[in-house]
This record gives sequence, C-alpha cells and structure tokens, in this order.
Amino acid sequence: MAVIKLENVRKVFGDAVIIPGADLEIRDGEFIVFVGPSGCGKSTLLRLIAGLEDMTSGVIKIDGRDVTEVAPAGRELSMVFQSYALYPHMSVRKNIAFPLMMAKMPEDQIKAKVEGAAAKLNLTQYLDRKPGQLSGGQRQRVAIGRAIVRQPKAFLFDEPLSNLDAALRVNMRVEIMQMHQDMKATMVYVTHDQVEAMTMADRIVVLDRGNIQQVGSPLDLYNKPDTLFVAGFIGSPKMNFITGAIAEKHKAATIGVRPEHIDVVSGKGEWQGKILLTEHLGSDSFLHVEAGDAGRLVVRAPGEFSGKPNDKISLKPDPARIHKFDAQGLAIRSK
Amino acid sequence: MAIKQSRNKTIFLTIVAWAIGIIMFFPIFWTAVAAFKTESDAYSLPQNWLSTPWTLENFAIVQERSDYIRYIFNTTVIVVLSTLLGLVFAIPAAWSMAFAPNPEPRKPTNAKTWLTMIFGALVICFLGLYFTDWKPVNFFVGLALLLIFVVPASLWAWNQNTSGTLLWMLSTKMMPPAGALIPIYLIFNRNGLIFKDWGWINLSHFTLMDSFWGMVPLMTLLNLPIIIWMLFTYFKEIPVGILEAARMDGASLWNELYRVLTPMALPGIASTCLLNLILSWNEAFWSLNLTNKFAAPLSFFISEYSSPEGQFWAKLSAASIMAIAPILVVGWFSQKQLVRGLTFGAVK
Amino acid sequence: MATKQALVLGKWALLPSVAVLAAWSFVPLALTIYFAFLRYNLQDPENTGWAGFSNFYYFFKDPYFWKDLLNTILLVAGTIVTTVVGGVLLALLLDQKFWGRGIVRLLVIAPFFIMPTVSALVWKNLIMHPVFGLFAGIQRFFGSHQPIDWFGKFPLFSVGMVVSWQWLPYAALILLTALQSLDEEQKDAAAMDGTSTLNYFRYILLPHLARPITVVILIETIFLLNIFAEIKVTSVGGFAGNLTYLVFSQLNDATDVGMAAAGGLIAVVLANIVSAFLVRMVGKNLEA
Repeated sequence: MAVIKLENVRKVFGDAVIIPGADLEIRDGEFIVFVGPSGCGKSTLLRLIAGLEDMTSGVIKIDGRDVTEVAPAGRELSMVFQSYALYPHMSVRKNIAFPLMMAKMPEDQIKAKVEGAAAKLNLTQYLDRKPGQLSGGQRQRVAIGRAIVRQPKAFLFDEPLSNLDAALRVNMRVEIMQMHQDMKATMVYVTHDQVEAMTMADRIVVLDRGNIQQVGSPLDLYNKPDTLFVAGFIGSPKMNFITGAIAEKHKAATIGVRPEHIDVVSGKGEWQGKILLTEHLGSDSFLHVEAGDAGRLVVRAPGEFSGKPNDKISLKPDPARIHKFDAQGLAIRSK
Repeated sequence: MAIKQSRNKTIFLTIVAWAIGIIMFFPIFWTAVAAFKTESDAYSLPQNWLSTPWTLENFAIVQERSDYIRYIFNTTVIVVLSTLLGLVFAIPAAWSMAFAPNPEPRKPTNAKTWLTMIFGALVICFLGLYFTDWKPVNFFVGLALLLIFVVPASLWAWNQNTSGTLLWMLSTKMMPPAGALIPIYLIFNRNGLIFKDWGWINLSHFTLMDSFWGMVPLMTLLNLPIIIWMLFTYFKEIPVGILEAARMDGASLWNELYRVLTPMALPGIASTCLLNLILSWNEAFWSLNLTNKFAAPLSFFISEYSSPEGQFWAKLSAASIMAIAPILVVGWFSQKQLVRGLTFGAVK
Repeated sequence: MATKQALVLGKWALLPSVAVLAAWSFVPLALTIYFAFLRYNLQDPENTGWAGFSNFYYFFKDPYFWKDLLNTILLVAGTIVTTVVGGVLLALLLDQKFWGRGIVRLLVIAPFFIMPTVSALVWKNLIMHPVFGLFAGIQRFFGSHQPIDWFGKFPLFSVGMVVSWQWLPYAALILLTALQSLDEEQKDAAAMDGTSTLNYFRYILLPHLARPITVVILIETIFLLNIFAEIKVTSVGGFAGNLTYLVFSQLNDATDVGMAAAGGLIAVVLANIVSAFLVRMVGKNLEA
C-alpha cells in the first residue's frame, strides 16, 4: 500500500533535542514496530509521520510524495490512539463512519462499509451504543474499525494495547497480527513492551534518546545486537553484562550473555557462584546468582530447578553466544 | 466521612442549619408574602401576615402600570442575544488557547505593525470626527493618544503567550465601569452626528442610547472575559487526542470545532451560558445609566419603584418577585457548575 | 505541542476576541484619560480647552471625594470581613450531615441570584423601614416605641448589610466547593491520628481554604469597589456614596465630563492596585 520514507528527520523543542536526526524507510506492507523506553522519542516519531507535530527539519515522503508540509488530514493515514480517542458523543456507528463522512462519501456506501467493518470486528450488536457503554476491548475494536474503514495508505498505532489488561492484550495482539496478514497493509506500531515488539514485528526499530539504535528483524536484534543498549533492551530477562577482567579475556570492554545461554553444570564450570534467589515460572526457573568476578548474573534453567538459596553452583556460558562490546558500547564482530 | 455521626448531633445541626437557611432566605420569602397582600395590608405585614387575606391583584396592576411583559422581553432579548454573540467570539478563542496555546510571546512583524497602525488611524479618524465636530486640534490629540497608547497595547495583548492573554482578558473585567462610563455615555448619547441621513440609508434617528444595538454588544463585552475563561477551563478537560483523531480522520477545523469539540463540551458550554444569563440578567450599572425606556431591562424596571407614589409596597413586592423568580430558578439549578466561572477557574 | 498550522489558526481564532476586548478596555480608558485633562462641561459648551491637572485638583479638594473614598474602603472592607467569616462558618456547617441539606443549601445560596436593585429596595422598604419594616416590627414586639431608621441614620451600614446579604452566599458557595474537594482520605487520616476538632480546623481546613479565601476576597473586592445600584435606588448617594457613585453624579448631576473622568481615573488606579494581586493569584493556578 505505501512506502514511508524518513529523511534526516529532526525534532527540537526549545532546548531539548527530541530526535536528533532519523533516517528510515518503511517498506510497503511491512509491520514495523518502534520500541524503546519511555521518553525515547518513539511516539514523537510516530506523530511526526502522522503530521500531528511539526518537524524541525527533514523530509517525510509517503509513496514518493513529500508530505512534510501536508496537514494530518491530507496524509491519508489512520491512527489508533493509546486512549482510543473515540468521540464520546457519537454512537459506535457514527464513530466508525466519521472519517468517511469527512471524505464526503455517499450515505449508502458509508452504511455498507461501516457494517462490513463492524461484522469483521464483532461489533454489529454494539453499533448503536455510545463508547462509554463499551468495555476496554470493545472500544479498542471501535478505534480499529474507525481506522480500517477508510482504507488508508498506512496504519499508525500509538501503544494501542497498553490500557488493556494482560489477557485481553494477548488476544488483541493476535487480532492485529491477523488483520495485518489479511490486509497486507503498511503498519507502524509504537510500544514500550519488547515482548509485543518481538512477537508482532516484521522489523523492529529500537530507539534510545531519539536515536535509532538498530533496525532489523526480531531475531536479528536478538542474535546480533549492534549496541549495548539494544542488547539490554531486547530479551527477557535482560542480558547479563560483565565488565572487568573477564571481559578483557574476550578482548572487549563489556561482554553480554543472555540468561538462557548460561548452563548450570555439575563439576567445574567457567564461573562459580552462589544462588541468591530463585523465580519459578513452571516451564523455567530464573536463578539470581552471585558469581564472584562476573558479578550478579541471572541464569535461566529449564524446568523446575531444585537449587536453594545459598547453594553453590557452577555456570558455563555458551561461547558462541557471547556478545562483545567495545568501550563505546558498539558490538565487536569477528568476521 | 466514614465515621457515623451521633443522632443528637444531627438534630442539633439540622436545627442550626435550618435556622440560618431560613434567615438568609427570609427577605425573599417576606417579599413573596407582601406580593400577595393588598396594599394596605402590606404595610402592617409584621403584625398580621397570616391573618390578612391573599390576593393576586398586585401582579395585574404591575403589568398594567409598568408593562412588566415588555421589560422581561427586553431582558430576555439582551441576555440571550448577548450570550449567543459571546459564544461566537469565545468558542474559537477558547479553542485556540486550550488546544493551540502560544508558548511564548510573538514578535509582531513590521508589516503587520504598519497595517494595524493604519487600521488604528482609520478608527481614530472616525472617533476624532465623532467627538470633535471637525475640530482639528482635538482630532490630532486623539490621533496621538490612540497611536501611542491603544494600538501598541492591542498588539501587545494579541501577541502575548496564552497565559498572558488569559490574564489580560481577566484584567479587562477588573476595569471599574466608572473608568469607562464617561466615553461610553457620550458615545451612546450622541445623536445625529455619525448616524445621519446618508441618502441611501437614513440613520438620523438611530442612537445607541436605550437601544438593543447598544445594550447587546455592551453586555457581551462585559461578560466575554468570563465566558472565555470558563470555556477555556472546560475545553482544557477534553483530551487533545480526540481532536487529533478528528484531524487524522480528515476533519477540517470547522468540523473539528463544531462536530467534535462543541458537542463534547456541551455541558460546559451550557453552564457557561447559565452563568452569563445570571450575570447579565442582574446587571445594573450600565442598564441604569444607558437605558430608560425602550430597551430597559428588569433592573431598570425595579428601580422605577424607588421613588414611591402613593401606596406601592405590595406592587413593589409583586414586581420584585416577577423580576427575580426566573433567574432564581436558573441559579438554583446551576449552582454547582457556577463556582468555576465565579472564581475564574481558581476553584472547581 | 501544536503544529505550526494549528498555531497560525489559533492566532486568528483568538483575534476577534482580543480585538473587541482591546477596543473595549483601551479605547474608553484612553478617552477617559483625555477627558480628565479637558475643560468639558455639557452645560457650558463655551468653556473648553486644556484643564491641566485642575480637574484632579478640584476633585481632591472636594470634601465628597474624601468621604466617598472612605465610604468605598469601609464598604469593601466591612463586607469582606462579614462575608468571609460568615462564609467559612456557613460552609463548614453546610459540609456537615443533617436533614434537608440540599434544601438549606438552596435557601442560603438564593440571595446571590437576586438582582441588586431588587435586594436594595426590598431591604430598604420591607425589612429596614423605620415604621412598617420587619426590624421595626421586631423592635416594637420587644417594647421599643422608636424603632431605628436604618437607612436614615446609618446609611452606610444599611448598604453594607444589603451587600453582605448578597455576597455571603457567594463566599459560602465557593468555600463549600473547596471544602468538598478536600481529600476524604486526608479526613480519615486526621481522624486516625486522633486530631481534635480545633486542631483539625487549624492545621488542615484553614490551610486548605487559604487559597479559595484569597480568591473570594480578591474577586469580591473587584465587584464591591463598583457597587452602584444599591446606593442609587436607596437614594443614599449623598451620605453613603462611593467613588463609583461620585463619578456618576459628577456626570449626571453636575454634567462635568472632565471632573467625572478624573474621578473615573482614580477609581481605575484603585482597582488596578487590587487587580494586580488578583492577576498574580489566579496566574499561579494557570500552570496547574
């Protein structure tokens, strides 16, 4: 449907540099996720694409057309807001119809389209209710319905699931992914939740303090993080970072090993440690280990691990899975 | 409070509170009683308010003698039109301040300054001619005064940041009417000077004094700062995301304002209208000074009873009840929403 | 953070309101300043020209000016003290639980909605009349043969009484609203801490009410400086007139535009001193 291209997009507000300069090409039909901690500029970047905020400099192109100076209404994008932003005084039907009414579509076509969208989203029986009478999940569906009726060039999602409870969030996640597969539409999705990013995205854009740290597929980011920040942000529990003498042995300022890439071994492993506490998840157990020079490590043990606090254990990292970083926090890759 | 109150305390509080409530309300009650008494009975009210007969004759007499219907019609016209006119000005202004706030004062560009200066000069010429009957000396004094004072001040007010504009609007409400009375009175009083027979349209009988053309805009100006402030505080409570959603959905500013913002802010707009209704209904200073017959509102109607001719108490009471009853009911219904307007949003 | 387009639209959406308010507040003021320095009497059209400061000079020399200035201050101060003290007590009472609270609230708030001309005439004639008034009736009931002629003997006090009656509900309503915004949990916490009623009032309620009380004082000051109808319709302008009334009578009775304008300017200066505080006060709340 649309290619969105950001060329050296900069946003400065007063003295605060929010986005120092971003280049990005969002491919046609791609599901791209902006992820990062709060305040990293991911929402601002999305709002710049939407036209809800001005860029300080730079160019945004949608399908080759320069839309830098175009008002939001002229960009033909749809957006789903974190707060849903439904019109509280209009019925669900009117809410979904609103963009079509603004586009001056004939009455009967509007009706057909609204009903089509409602059927797709299981909203048919709620069409005459007001948003205030709906549950959070239903409101979310209305917001999505309002976004899809217009057949926009691309969909923008601004943390759409963060107001839902955990169970509903998982459901909606699947529904949005299904929608993407059915519609083959370009979707830009903002979230602070790296699990959401990993599960949904074709490509992920990791942002930190307005800088694009890395762009890549979920597994790329997981396996080959470019920076210390990406390495720490993607993956749960967080990657263990070790500095000092152990890192120097690997000719790096910092090395990182994911909890799942450290094995508990009997006999002499690479690191010796003492269990501080254990989190049991059923399928796995997370051990927090005080490991001498290596510092405090989190280790993922499969199944129900039987060790108790203060037990001594030996640990062995998978050598192929050790990530090395230089003093600037950039990855060192041996060719 | 979650703590349960003892029964004795409740009884005590009930008695005290009702006593105070009745004392506060008593003058109104007393007026209502007198309104239903004959004129001679009204004078001995304290002694025998229960024993004397009740009558409706005063209301008929008041209508016959001073044409109550006309005054209430005048009041309604002034109040309703000025409120609507106020909304026309205030909704865009409040939208602007709530959703597109100006973070820092603008510096007016030169071209704009000059345009405004020229516009200002035209206004001045008009006023100068108006006040001086073509006397050039006074005219130039007026010109200098406006160029030096009024035009820069207006530009300054327009280019303030949003909180500055709001405070300035508030401060216009604080200007005592005594400071504006003299020029307004003179402008209203001038007949046949600017409003003359121009051939294609004859305005020689037109005057602002005692006319709706004068009173409606005046009442709007008096309350505009309060209307804007109150609307602003209500608009601020509407999540900006909804307006952004409308923008994303392709709505123009007009549609954003009138299809999304206005319907959502309707309760707030209604309370604003009610407050404005009460304030203009009870306005007395300008009504007493600038009207006397044709466009006179109820404030003036009542003041006619200040110089008694013969027996008049029962009629005064009947007239008073008729003048206050409508607005008292409105006030009672809207008391909770009024607080914010009555404190310029400082207490909600 | 609005976009440039929104800011530009916003600027023009604001212009009509700013323009009319600027015209309303600056043009009359400029003309008043201008007139204050002119010899300009409507009944003496031959006598024109610059007056210099003589309008102000005569205004300050006029014994009425000093009396009316004092009246203005007394009326404002007296009414404010009465309504704020009464308003706090009334608000505390109305915040309690008792039977018929809603109705009592309506009774108490009613005077605020009464137009000034009505309340003035009703109080003057039906309540405080020396012969037929309610107060006179009460005095006679207690055996007095010469009831007090309130508006005749104590005109300023009587006007103050009427004005206080009108403004007490205002103070009570604002303070009651403020009281009801007090956090329930804070009340409960104070109860758990074993706070005595007096200490509760002193350390929790009064600090909470400090800001609304200031707002009430300042807003009442603005309105009370401009009391006019109550004085005019009770015909006590000669004895209990305030500055506003003096300006009116200079214009209306003496037809001296120059003098009236000088008086108007003095009233403006007085009001500006007060409003400077109010603007700063409300300005602080703007950020929140």
